[in-house]
Amino acid sequence: MGAELIAIFIVAIFIENVVLSQILGLCPFIGVSSKIDSATGMGFAVIFVLLLASVVTWSIQNFVLVPLQLEYLQTISFILIIASLVQFVEMVVRKTAPALYQSLGVFLPLITTNCAVLGISLINIKRGYNLVEAVANAAGAGIGFFFALLIMAGIRERLDICEIPESMKGAPIAFITAGLLATAFMGFSGLV
Amino acid sequence: MNPIQQLTKGFWKDNPIFVIGLGLCPALAVSSSLSNAVGMGIAATFVLIGSNMMISLLRHLVPSKIRIPVYIVIIATFVTIIDKMIAAYSPALSASLGIFIPLIVVNCIILGRAEAFANKNGVFDSLLDAIGMGIGFTIALCCIAFFRELLGEGKLFGHAMPFFSKDPALIMIMAPGGFIVFGLLIALKRLMASKGGN
Repeated sequence: MGAELIAIFIVAIFIENVVLSQILGLCPFIGVSSKIDSATGMGFAVIFVLLLASVVTWSIQNFVLVPLQLEYLQTISFILIIASLVQFVEMVVRKTAPALYQSLGVFLPLITTNCAVLGISLINIKRGYNLVEAVANAAGAGIGFFFALLIMAGIRERLDICEIPESMKGAPIAFITAGLLATAFMGFSGLV
Repeated sequence: MNPIQQLTKGFWKDNPIFVIGLGLCPALAVSSSLSNAVGMGIAATFVLIGSNMMISLLRHLVPSKIRIPVYIVIIATFVTIIDKMIAAYSPALSASLGIFIPLIVVNCIILGRAEAFANKNGVFDSLLDAIGMGIGFTIALCCIAFFRELLGEGKLFGHAMPFFSKDPALIMIMAPGGFIVFGLLIALKRLMASKGGN
């Protein structure tokens, strides 16, 4: 049991990296990766919301939608849950931990449209994970996103001082860098 | 802006993916073959047409404070419809697009057009805008998929191509190929824009 959980966790971080292998959550990955500070804030916010959203969506699916045979409402209910969850987290964090809000605050509303959150929730259901496995998968995905974002931010801070052809500046070079990074991450594929 | 311009602006000049930069996740994730790209394009266009028209019809009724949740429910409804239809009529396509069909909900193109266009314009203009943006999205997806399928599998729409099918570079149909092809294509688009007009 323990070994399986660790395997799910490691696979989610490296082999099925949410950005570099499953291509989810690209907007924040490209949008927020130009500075290391903001990348760190975004990374923590995503880990937090992913964990929370996985627990809540898993419970809704298995305790509400399945017993009532309402599985076709999955998409609508999940997106509403995630959107309201993000709002709720934002309010709670602002009231209880102003310091944390200062560092995460601006990134929280952006996470609603981060397809990694909805994507991981759907994958958890699709693969038939139990609650503990779903949490392990979400934790791995969140940490994997954090790693990818941090590495990308580090590279892009260096790229700023490089001479790049005019039409390649900004997004194009960022995507090509991401492609090389994804190639490097493919090297992990024999790990588990 | 006349109806023709309304329709065609999304094809190239204001292409949602190459120029506006919205909806990137599905653009890269399902563009590994042309048939997936066309399937995804049709699904997204359907949702775009349905949500744009519905939001345009309801634009005087919905209070502006709760408009975003309302839009999300409308979009999610159309996504559920197309999701079930694809699963019923084309199980193979449904299997290869996987979670990217329900993920159309969080595709920024659709919410973006609802907020930027449909809530300010009439039903007919919104319909034209939705068709134009949907076709633009499909064109962009097909451009990416063309290079990835040709270089990665040596095929187009599943048919082997003479020269390319000998030693295909498998990496092009995997995630890295998507990033690299997309990066080069937007660079090319910018280069063309800077060289002469549009």
